[in-house]
Amino acid sequence: MTFSAQLEAKFDKLLKSYPPGRQRSAMIPMLLYAQDEIGQITDELVNEVATRVGVTPLQVNEVLSYYSMLHTKPLGKYHVQVCTNISCLLHDGDKLYEHACKKLGIGHKEVAADGQFSVEEVECMGACSWAPAIQVNYDFHHYVTPEKLDQLLDGLRKKQ
Amino acid sequence: MLFNEPSPLETKVLTRRFGLPNSASIDTYLATEGYQGFLKAAKMKPEEIIEQVKISNLRGRGGAGFPTGMKWGFVPRTSPKPKYIVVNADESEPGTCKDRVLMENDPHQLIEGVLIAGLSVDAHAGYIYIRGEYRYLIEIMDKALAEAYEKGWLGKNIQGTGFDFDLYTHTGAGAYECGEESALLESLEGKRGIPRIRPPFPAVAGAFQCPTILNNVETFCAVPAILRDGGAAFAALGIPKAGGTKMTCLTGHINKPGVYELKLGFPVKQMIEEVGGGIRNGKKLKAFIPGGSSCPVLTAAELEGANMDYDSMAARKTMLGSGGVIIMDEDTCMVKAALRIMRFYAHESCGWCIPCREGTTWLKKILTRFHDGQGTRNDINLIGDISKNMLGRTFCPLGDAAAMPTISIVEKFRSEFEDHLNGKPCPYEHSGSMVTV
Repeated sequence: MTFSAQLEAKFDKLLKSYPPGRQRSAMIPMLLYAQDEIGQITDELVNEVATRVGVTPLQVNEVLSYYSMLHTKPLGKYHVQVCTNISCLLHDGDKLYEHACKKLGIGHKEVAADGQFSVEEVECMGACSWAPAIQVNYDFHHYVTPEKLDQLLDGLRKKQ
Repeated sequence: MLFNEPSPLETKVLTRRFGLPNSASIDTYLATEGYQGFLKAAKMKPEEIIEQVKISNLRGRGGAGFPTGMKWGFVPRTSPKPKYIVVNADESEPGTCKDRVLMENDPHQLIEGVLIAGLSVDAHAGYIYIRGEYRYLIEIMDKALAEAYEKGWLGKNIQGTGFDFDLYTHTGAGAYECGEESALLESLEGKRGIPRIRPPFPAVAGAFQCPTILNNVETFCAVPAILRDGGAAFAALGIPKAGGTKMTCLTGHINKPGVYELKLGFPVKQMIEEVGGGIRNGKKLKAFIPGGSSCPVLTAAELEGANMDYDSMAARKTMLGSGGVIIMDEDTCMVKAALRIMRFYAHESCGWCIPCREGTTWLKKILTRFHDGQGTRNDINLIGDISKNMLGRTFCPLGDAAAMPTISIVEKFRSEFEDHLNGKPCPYEHSGSMVTV
């Protein structure tokens, strides 16, 4: 598999970050960074990472099923993650999540027909003092109201 | 970037550079006594460094509160194996968002803390394990690491001291369990985050089965000040047996939510009223969680005379925990709160220990139907019984973390459970049942 030059550089650095014989440590970061570039974790990627870190594809599959940010199906271009955990819940995070689903016409871990948006109800993302919080891809948004969410999503839709 | 206005009642030790222009840059750091603690430590013997940390009464800030100097002292310094320093930046205990602001506003303070830990046990490499969702912080830390290498504060022969140290960031990929130290070490090795059986503890067999110091971000961030100004000065800020300040996250129904650095032993009432500006909308306090959702809840009456420290909270059969304060007002449905907390732990249980895997799943099911008005009187005791059967029966504290708040909510808010026995959805709100993951 070929990746961008930046990603290859990242992989090189990762593989040198761990003690000799411990290159398996690079597996999870490599999967996540590669997913960012190609959109999802494919069988081809699993085989590639397995070869590069020196394990079997089965060992990669075993690990990737454990981590909630690693996805074997494509996400929307904008992955909208709404926290409904306790501190966000106390600021109506659950209603915000329902609003996001209604607005986008999709449910938990679903992707809109045009592939632009996906939505996920997520656990605590470490933004508890600025609740309710959401992440769109890796970008945090704090003190989100349904109105602010509408503006944000409409803005992203126009940006396409 | 700051997220909340600071409070005049804060004691600024770890946050002293917050708000300075370019507070995250190495130039700002060096201009404000940065790396001075390291230079002092580099002239000391390892046991003298550990002695200062012991004198400071610094206790682990991730939640467990274990004395840091003692933890460092357990590392066999003369072992022929390489030693490692690992930073737990997998901040994910609900209610906790303090490590984020420490790394964002002052990344070099963390690097300096790691370097001092390295000196104390003759370690020459370290890893900062950052949760995957904190991608922007990985970028901030990587930039800070690059600056430190460039200016000779990392790498070979640091500032002519003869000490070599390499530090790397490592991303997680979404797993609360990896905040548990032994699960984190498994994850760092490219495996599922399943806890290890202890002993051996990480001090003896940690990263790559080598002796390891593993602490929370905030713990490492306290170390530069301890070496710079002396352990006694840090100890004097707190209370006997617990020195310094605690990064405290005010969350929930409070007028001024935010992250504040408060002296250990800060009165809870003053924290709520003066730092946090009181309960939102002039409501009354119903429930208080001192340090992340795994701590038993306290009622308003139990907060009488309470202080934000380990002993005061232990006396009330709860924990200071991570400093993630969750405040719930009089309108909060405690059954719903218990359900949401349990849903989280059921989602995050790694499945390794049966009492945790099965217990959290069944409790989630029972609490869901109970909140929907489909519960029976017998369920109330059942919730308590299942929780108590999880306590102490798992390899890591996740089982306890799920059980403890649940037991306390059932015991202290039993009448609210009885209010749900009328066969109708939650009487406290109109929106009906919660959405389900």
